[in-house]
Amino acid sequence: MPEPTPKRRGRLKVYLGYAAGVGKTYQMLADAQELAHSGVDIVVGYFESHGRSDTILRAQGLEVIPRRQMEYRGAIFDEMDVDAILRREPRVCLVDELAHTNVPGSGREKRWEDVLALLEHGIDVLTTVNIQHVESLNDQVWHLTGIRVRETVPDWVIKEAAEVVMVDATPQALINRLLRGAVYAPEKARRALENFFKESTLVALREMALRETAHEVEVRHVTPAIFDDSPDGDQAGAPERPAAPSARILVYLTVDSSTPLLIRRARRVADYLEAECYAVVVYREGELARLPADRRAETERLLNFARNLHIETRTLEGSDVANTLVDFARLQHITRIFVARPRYGRWRWFLARNLIHRIVRKASDMEVVVVADRGAR
Amino acid sequence: MAEAPGSRRERLKIFLGYASGVGKSFRMLDEARRRHERGQDVVVGAMQPQRSPDMEELLKSLEVIPPQIVDGVPVVDVQAILRRRPRVCVIDGLAYNNPPGSRHPYRWQDVQELVDSGITVIASVNLQYIEEERDKVEAITGKHVTQTIPKAFLYGADEIVVVDVSPDSVAGRAAETGGSEEKVAQRLSSLRELALLLTADIVDRQLETYLEARGMDQLWGAHERFLVCVTPRTNASQMIAAAKRSADRFHGELYAAYVEQPELSPRDREALDANLAAAREAGAKIEMLGGEDFVATIVDYARSQRITQILIGHSLRHNWWDRLRGGPIDRLIAAAEGMDLRVFPH
Repeated sequence: MPEPTPKRRGRLKVYLGYAAGVGKTYQMLADAQELAHSGVDIVVGYFESHGRSDTILRAQGLEVIPRRQMEYRGAIFDEMDVDAILRREPRVCLVDELAHTNVPGSGREKRWEDVLALLEHGIDVLTTVNIQHVESLNDQVWHLTGIRVRETVPDWVIKEAAEVVMVDATPQALINRLLRGAVYAPEKARRALENFFKESTLVALREMALRETAHEVEVRHVTPAIFDDSPDGDQAGAPERPAAPSARILVYLTVDSSTPLLIRRARRVADYLEAECYAVVVYREGELARLPADRRAETERLLNFARNLHIETRTLEGSDVANTLVDFARLQHITRIFVARPRYGRWRWFLARNLIHRIVRKASDMEVVVVADRGAR
Repeated sequence: MAEAPGSRRERLKIFLGYASGVGKSFRMLDEARRRHERGQDVVVGAMQPQRSPDMEELLKSLEVIPPQIVDGVPVVDVQAILRRRPRVCVIDGLAYNNPPGSRHPYRWQDVQELVDSGITVIASVNLQYIEEERDKVEAITGKHVTQTIPKAFLYGADEIVVVDVSPDSVAGRAAETGGSEEKVAQRLSSLRELALLLTADIVDRQLETYLEARGMDQLWGAHERFLVCVTPRTNASQMIAAAKRSADRFHGELYAAYVEQPELSPRDREALDANLAAAREAGAKIEMLGGEDFVATIVDYARSQRITQILIGHSLRHNWWDRLRGGPIDRLIAAAEGMDLRVFPH
């Protein structure tokens, strides 16, 4: 769609928490109040008070853009009204719950897509998200909590943020808050305490969020040049971060239920190493043409999943899978190949083991990472 | 007043900030205010001299037990607080050396006494005042501080909260650190990262204590642990370098293990020693393991240390790939359930 290119892209600030009730929205509103007070044109695009009185109090006096009412299957849903915000053209817009999925018919499927639209129009956005909604941590969260979080935000959206701050509270304080009924209604609170809000789970999620925030700070701002106090330490432009010996990652995809896990892990490692990341499926010659439609669709779904995480995908064909894979890797100067750990089942195990063998043997100048499902321990 | 049933009473809660001006004191007083409103008996035992109007506002609603001023230094009036016996006492700023002749040489010891006598203390401290972090902070800011608290005091706290704000909202930051805008922001960011990682370490330790105390099994936190398998036959330097890079990048922990083999030739012995020295140099925790079976020994050790990734070299020269039986790497892939295996060429 040809749109007039705006002069400046909006800045995104993310308030990261590790559970409902840590005070993300409260903190965001406090900052919004301060901005409004200093004369910044700020509006509330969407905010969820969950009936918490402290939070409601904090929102007082801020301009709120009315929500759009959407009807879906006979029920009415409130969604953020992006068009109304764009018409209003504020400098800053506050958007709660980045991971939210919009009701069908809202235009964009995900709220993070709405946020990107606001940014594209030069509006700064303040938003909140919990650590368990970060796509590449989905498996870790699952192992920790037993809950498969469905509403996720791709990591690259978080990377878009100019700033990520952690909103911290201790698990004990959170549990006390929950028991006092300050987070959820009593019935929901009781269920929460048995699942997500178990103390050990909260502690682990909190550690995850702290490390994630530290990482986000590091990739954005921390450069070795700050240790250099010589006068020319202040060169114009951002100094380079220490170049990791240019890692390049290749993920070998197969149609298997463990493949999303493999993709997420590779994505995460690539982000940490600031590496390029590719994913391939490999067919034997002629195989693709004979592929049943359901399998083809399944493969396409996996490739799409990888592409949504900003991984470049290719479909390769060759007479031998290991050869084709490693030849491609060599051509692309890949340094690490990620494959899934084969699962038991004698025959499949034997075949997969053989393939890993051959990949390791052929890729003698690369590292081969056999990625396991950590939930299996 | 009565709290909701099942809530636990914490004894020492510390707000950690990465620089002054991040708003620790405000967060602390805001919590004191909320507790007061919920009916808890809260007093303020010490406040920093610089206070924002917001904080003055909060202070108005709270009872203050003024510190004694000895030689111009504010000293927490422990005796007065003990006499008053509040449920909760707020101490802003932990890193003060008390003047000679005081009840305790350091303020953190005053706090310890209050906690030991059953008073909940809410306190605040800046990263730069933590003894073990002092050198790192000094390398960033160029500023030396003399009054510190031991890290063990933080580990002993029941709760620690990191006060994280973006560097551009640090009050009075230019005056604090000096230098160009960009440099100040970078310095503050480095401090921020340190504070977040320190808190993560404290939380990690709390998790371990929690699990141990309840006899619970391993639980997967956010921490990566790398284990390098060292053998005499291979040159492990590349693998160790990669492991170190990973450990640095992920802020994880590095381990190296050698499964002892009988009758090493002098040449193998020498290669092994070189590999172990390289691992030690990289900061790995080194373990010499005895065991009949290489794979079982490594996997047992890896499980006991909650290893997430095993790094192993493979040699093309030696005929490791016994197709029928399965070589060590095969068997390792099969046995190391739940752990990644990273195979390095040699």
